[in-house]
Amino acid sequence: MSSLGEKHSKNQHTIDYDKIDRMDSFNTFVKKKNTLLFTITACFLTFYILLPILAFTSVLQQKWIGDITGVWVYSAALFIMTVVLAMVYSKIAPKLDAQAAAVLAEYEKDGGK
Amino acid sequence: MNLVSAGFFLGIVGLTLIVTYIAAKRTSSASDFYTAGGGLKGWQNGFAIAGDYLSAAAFLGVSGAIALTGFDGFFFSVGYVVANLVLLYVIAEPMRNLGRYTLADMLTARFNEKRVRGVAATSTIVIVILYMIAQLVGAGALIKLLFGIEYWIAVLIVGVMMTTYVLFGGMTATSWVQIIKAGLLLFGTTMMAFLVFQKFDFNLANMFTTIATDHGEEYLIPGQKYTSSIDSVSMMMALVLGTSGLPHILMRFFTVKDAKTARASINWTTWITAIFFSLTIFLGFGAMHFVGFDKIIAENAAGNTAAPLLAEFLGGDVMLSFICAVAFATILAVVSGLVLTGASAISHDIYGEILKDGKLTEKQQVLAARTGSISIAVISIILALFAQSLNVSFLVSFAFCIGASANLPVIIYTIYWKKFNSNGAIAAMVTGLVSCLVLGAMGPNIWSTTGKAIFIGEPLVNLAVPAIITIPLGFFAGWIVSIMTASKIDQQAAEATYKEIRVKAHTGVSVQDVSH
Repeated sequence: MSSLGEKHSKNQHTIDYDKIDRMDSFNTFVKKKNTLLFTITACFLTFYILLPILAFTSVLQQKWIGDITGVWVYSAALFIMTVVLAMVYSKIAPKLDAQAAAVLAEYEKDGGK
Repeated sequence: MNLVSAGFFLGIVGLTLIVTYIAAKRTSSASDFYTAGGGLKGWQNGFAIAGDYLSAAAFLGVSGAIALTGFDGFFFSVGYVVANLVLLYVIAEPMRNLGRYTLADMLTARFNEKRVRGVAATSTIVIVILYMIAQLVGAGALIKLLFGIEYWIAVLIVGVMMTTYVLFGGMTATSWVQIIKAGLLLFGTTMMAFLVFQKFDFNLANMFTTIATDHGEEYLIPGQKYTSSIDSVSMMMALVLGTSGLPHILMRFFTVKDAKTARASINWTTWITAIFFSLTIFLGFGAMHFVGFDKIIAENAAGNTAAPLLAEFLGGDVMLSFICAVAFATILAVVSGLVLTGASAISHDIYGEILKDGKLTEKQQVLAARTGSISIAVISIILALFAQSLNVSFLVSFAFCIGASANLPVIIYTIYWKKFNSNGAIAAMVTGLVSCLVLGAMGPNIWSTTGKAIFIGEPLVNLAVPAIITIPLGFFAGWIVSIMTASKIDQQAAEATYKEIRVKAHTGVSVQDVSH
């Protein structure tokens, strides 16, 4: 994606955005990407916002490990979730980049403008 | 002040000035000034974002909050860490693909209207000034505590230094000051956490049991500061969503060459902040146990000196001096980033693009940027001089609240919503900004019956941070006004622009080139 992106940055006036926007491959890619990223975002935000809600209930105020209460364990899980999801994105993103590059390659192959 | 303290402080000041001198030689264009020529590597920008992010409120404030309130203080740590995911999954890449120097640049890529740019610049300036006053007042208090010098002199010292970095070295110097500071902060906190953990025999359960036994089990659950779910949910919403709307964080995505590097930056930041905020447990509990509640309160009622006091306990004058020097570097780095962001809004957005229609030569742009830097620094210093007695910790929360309520809705809608229009953009920003300020002015940080706030009286809104109301308001205003004014918009032109934005945001094609 980046090489084509760089190439296009020097030839911005030649890009037909409307044509790319109408391409099936582009729309499939955007739909798939948005669904994936927003689903994950909705999940981690839900998991996150449950902390201040559950933190005031007996569930998380109980001692879970020795004197360590549930709120600390839940918080630790949020830290782990953050690092894991950052790594997950590192794995997903190059694939998304490759799909974006394929869309641009298809556009180029089709004669660009 | 002893020789060790002086050595650490002079060392940090000297190092940052050398960096500024080197950076100054490489700062000749507007791109150099605002975005370091777009040439930062992922790890460099990741450390710099962490440097921007880990402000005095994070380092001194969170440690102190845990020391005084136990788990309630740790809420902040969780919020700051998870916020990275919103940046990574939703914001970083499209922001880099669409923007050039500022948040307003990104918005005007879709709505090329001066009024949109003007409102975005105003929101940026308000956030920067709120954040800046908090940092400067903190810096003044810290330097006063250490050296016994007058508050106003301390504020002036920090003010002159931050202006020097930005004025001569622009984003390159600012970034390197932040990188150095992030490294020092990580090293300092790791060292302190290790020493605290050692005293608990490297046994986490033992640390918690000691805290519960000696200080009370109530410190292991929320309730010391936040007494209801709604208040804490509101604050947590501001933290996790506000980060993605903070202009000085967003501006950092333009210092790298492409979206891939922007993504790598956030990955680095995530690791750094996750490690740092994990360690705040040891700093907070260490201060609670080894320094003691009374001593912490005696030094600073908000607990901001808990970490330096713990450092003194752990390593005497040497460690106290080192940690204070790190805290000083932290403040310098953050205020420099803020000056640069404020300057970009004044010089690039308001002066260059609105008043001069973008018709400035390269030389004029750099001159405007430097003039803007001095302006924002002078305004902030003057306000900070009058804010000495103000309890400023809530100002940072408010900056997050405005970021989440005014900026985030327009960023999300601009990238992802076809029917969004310029009227909706202005409505979202104005509603988010004004509702935060108005509800904040009615809240417990301003009104208190016990005299703990600025005025004595019953707060009309009983939320420390009104994000739970203002974030939905910002999103709603953007949506409803876009829908209501749809008929007044040239739909064909709007659709063509959205298609361009959509293609650019998702493919990185025609990325705004800020690199050499």
